[in-house]
Amino acid sequence: MQRTVAAAEFLAASALSQADAVGAFARDGLLSSQEVFTQQLVTGLSNGMIIALIAIGYTMVYGIIELINFAHGDLCMLGAYFALTVVGALGVDHWVGAGGLMGLVMVLVGTAAFCGSLNWSINRLAYRPLRKASKLSLLVSAIGASFILVNLGLFWGGLPMDVFANGTSSAAPKAFPALVSAAPAAQIGDVIYSRTDLLVLCVTLPLMVALTYLVRFTKLGKAMRAVAQNPTGASLMGIDVERVIGATFFIGGSLGGFATVVYSLYNQTVSFQMGYRMGMDAFIAAVLGGIGNLPGAVLGGILIGVIRSMSDGYLEARWTNTVVFGILILILVFRPSGLLGAKLREKV
Amino acid sequence: MTIASSTTAQAIGPRTPLLRVHGLKCSYGQAQVLHGIDIEVFPGEIVSMIGANGAGKSTALMCVSRINRSSGTIEFDGASIAALPPEQVVRRGLVQVPEGRRIFPRLTVRENLEMGAFIRSDKDGIESDLERTFNLFPILKDRALQQGGTLSGGEQQMLAIGRALMSRPKMLMMDEPSMGIAPILVAKIFDTVKNVLCAQGMTILLVEQNANAALRMSDRAYVLETGNIVLTGTGQDLLRDPRVRAAYLG
Repeated sequence: MQRTVAAAEFLAASALSQADAVGAFARDGLLSSQEVFTQQLVTGLSNGMIIALIAIGYTMVYGIIELINFAHGDLCMLGAYFALTVVGALGVDHWVGAGGLMGLVMVLVGTAAFCGSLNWSINRLAYRPLRKASKLSLLVSAIGASFILVNLGLFWGGLPMDVFANGTSSAAPKAFPALVSAAPAAQIGDVIYSRTDLLVLCVTLPLMVALTYLVRFTKLGKAMRAVAQNPTGASLMGIDVERVIGATFFIGGSLGGFATVVYSLYNQTVSFQMGYRMGMDAFIAAVLGGIGNLPGAVLGGILIGVIRSMSDGYLEARWTNTVVFGILILILVFRPSGLLGAKLREKV
Repeated sequence: MTIASSTTAQAIGPRTPLLRVHGLKCSYGQAQVLHGIDIEVFPGEIVSMIGANGAGKSTALMCVSRINRSSGTIEFDGASIAALPPEQVVRRGLVQVPEGRRIFPRLTVRENLEMGAFIRSDKDGIESDLERTFNLFPILKDRALQQGGTLSGGEQQMLAIGRALMSRPKMLMMDEPSMGIAPILVAKIFDTVKNVLCAQGMTILLVEQNANAALRMSDRAYVLETGNIVLTGTGQDLLRDPRVRAAYLG
């Protein structure tokens, strides 16, 4: 218990991020206001793209079975532990050149496969048996799955490996090696675009394009939309509805896997509690954009990332969660269908 | 020829039903909806099932499509389908145009039709069948890129029929194709069913509340009342039957 509290404090402290430091400089008059704004925007966009990728996992699952999959953030947390384990097993602490790029791609793809398979299995074991039960039962099952994943993370963090500090404190946050250096890749004015900013963009953007293509133009994508819009109708057309739902969980989970590796490389700390924060940001992003709506999830993710960063910079990091949850409450009160969500479901 | 083919599974004689339902029972919780009904549909026939609201007509079709759980025999094309999942029934060649149409409202008309061909992978064949469907219902071609949900009820019904045909079924089950549709479009749809599909040898099981229209175009018909088949005969016989006239034809 003591350890958990200590970990939480550490996390809260680490939330006073790089962005907040920039904000502090700004308040002390060391940076011009224009530069502060742009720097916060860059940080916000990078975090926003990561949040968006996780939000897609929420919105896809909601779109197809109307479940807020509360285990999704914790799935990403386990993905980060998986990635850290692989990095530890490979024994690398810095990636350079073509070999480094290969390693990076391997960790990305491996973690995506891990998270995709895990999400598929969670659906198979915890959600599919409840397909005909009430939505509330499904939600409770998702919360249960979330607890199980968190505790798996707590156990995993105690494994006797170097990257887990040889299991001396399973609850303590772990340092994720700075495999991609945060060194400036470009500097325009006093605004720094780090290599990790670039990494985020290079991973998230192609994935979003690929997903859009998949959903809009492929047979599986059309079947996913058909199942979301009328599962019985889809079944009567020869579509194996459960297989399509399983594929949706796999795809949503693997996007979370990509996102969590990039998140870990960007923030360089992982903890068994990080899933809550990641999950909440992404969930709020999905609701902000209009849950069930893919472009909405991307828009919501970017907005939440930028809002967080601006709040870190101009208010103070300790107010950021208040601002973000305040936004959630405002959406739920004034526009429950989100920015891009349909006002009403069409009657068929 | 006949000697050779009599050794194969297909040649079990000319009067082998394509669909044979025997002792079909179905319950929703405590309430039993079907009390053991028998239906046979022979190749090339159009058979209708008429009856009042709540008689169990749609339930029967949903049982045959394996959406609803049921007990009893369901055989299609010489093999039992009673234990198959719904998507496998479609793969065997038995497709339903469901009540309320169940089109995909936010897929385009074209995408809806493509979903009808989900079980197929012959791209060229699908493309030529799309053209055939557009010839059958030209309005669908005009609306090909529109979302299905923006179509009128009658157009949606045409889309639902076209979508079902895209799987190249051996048999079509149609549930209340006239429901909630302008009379002129009902006439158009029934005309297409009778003069195009039946002329091509399609086997059809039609469920209708509009008993008059259904009986006129059917070879045979069943009358369903509170989960039991109470009457069966040719369409013409039932049109003249005083009990049917009193109960369903007004």
